Amino acid sequence: MKHSFIDQYSDRDSFLHKLDPRTKFITTLAFILAVALTPPNRWQAFAVYFFLIAALILLSKVPVLYVLKRSLVIMPFVLLIAVFIPFFKEGEVAGSYNIWLWQVSVTYNGLQVLWNILAKAWLSILSLILLTSTTKIASLLDGLERLRMPRVMVMILSFMYRYIFVLIDEVMRMKQARDSRNFGGGRLWQLRTIGNMTGTLFIRSYERGERVYAAMVARGFDGHSRTLNHLSFRPVDAYFSLGFGLVIILTGVFNLLSG
Amino acid sequence: MEEVVRIENLSFCYPDGQPALTNVNLTIHRGETVALIGPNGAGKSTLLLHLNGILRSNGLVEVFGRPIDDDNLKEVRRKIGLVFQNPDDQLFSPTVFDDVAFGLINLGYSEAEVRQSVASTLDWVGMTGHEQRSPHHLSFGEKKRIAIATVLSMNPEILVIDEPSSNLDPRSKWALIGLLKRLPMTKIVASHDLELVQALCQRAIILDQGRVIAEGVTEHILADIPLLRAHGLAPTEVA
Repeated sequence: MKHSFIDQYSDRDSFLHKLDPRTKFITTLAFILAVALTPPNRWQAFAVYFFLIAALILLSKVPVLYVLKRSLVIMPFVLLIAVFIPFFKEGEVAGSYNIWLWQVSVTYNGLQVLWNILAKAWLSILSLILLTSTTKIASLLDGLERLRMPRVMVMILSFMYRYIFVLIDEVMRMKQARDSRNFGGGRLWQLRTIGNMTGTLFIRSYERGERVYAAMVARGFDGHSRTLNHLSFRPVDAYFSLGFGLVIILTGVFNLLSG
Repeated sequence: MEEVVRIENLSFCYPDGQPALTNVNLTIHRGETVALIGPNGAGKSTLLLHLNGILRSNGLVEVFGRPIDDDNLKEVRRKIGLVFQNPDDQLFSPTVFDDVAFGLINLGYSEAEVRQSVASTLDWVGMTGHEQRSPHHLSFGEKKRIAIATVLSMNPEILVIDEPSSNLDPRSKWALIGLLKRLPMTKIVASHDLELVQALCQRAIILDQGRVIAEGVTEHILADIPLLRAHGLAPTEVA
């Protein structure tokens, strides 16, 4: 079965695609750090970050609509956590409401924090989407390994990428098998079926793990994983990091000076 | 003829105590292609896993004149290439290249050697140009070829294949048989696909309920319809 992949547009051709994954990973990390550390009232700084990431997205030739759609996916999670903040933050009251027995009030302070969290989360997710849609997962993993990320973690990520779709296929087949034999039954019965399916999936995954391990051992795996280096820094990586770093650092310095 | 594999009195039980192999004896000679045929659950796969020491139990498994032990395990696994039945188990890397290179890198080959060997193996199985694809994107027939390539790249002296034709359409199956036929090394093929056995193997061993039932020239074994029928292998139940 075909699935949409996280690195769906990673085979396009732009200067971002050609950058070394290490360059992209580190600049993305730096960008997120800078965004997270910017004080809430520095909207100029946020504007700079936004234009920076927007320009890169345009340059990357990844469809803008796709990036926007993807970026909305995390919003429910952020909202779920952040939506209560305006009600709890102390400060000047922006409005108060009576909900049944309670009186709740929203503060300006709280609203600013909420806006800030949303903006920071959105900018960060935009940069991550840009990273994963301009870099093949395989080379991103390669890059992480060269950056001395623990080998076990890289392997876990790589197995996850390899088998998540195999598992999704398995779940879909199980669902089809269930639906083609499902003749109603109460809610409780349905829950029971889902429970059984989950259990089966766990056991199958466990057994698949054993078989995969046997296949690895059969090809000389002895617990130490070794890989070839496919990566190389080029001058363009240096220019990009330099330019990107400069923008972030200048924004930070400007923040400090004007604060 | 030189013996390359000798198995004597091999018995194996699953962890739940169910016997999988009982007193198996067999010998494989250099250069021959031997079929291991038997119905589902006969113990074929279990037997194959003993050939390179993934499973070990009492009984003798001798490879190139030496019993498998901890010291020669690595050597044995280099010389005996095992292709698993399900290519989704065999192919675990993010790209085709990484998968074909996996065994070579574990053997300590240099980068140039690895690249050279991956290229020539992919050429051999007709999959040049697919290096950077993810195994998940391949068709089943392509996965099967890459699965064989992952083992072939290590240049094994004995190729052991579990159910090479399972889930393949006839065209892919015959393409695979053609490919296997061109390989010069000793081959052990577990299958219940009698067409494939007939096309590929000179000798056949019937395994059922963990025991060796019969052994002989493929033509004779496949002509013995009552024998095949007794072990659920006959092409049709009527006639």
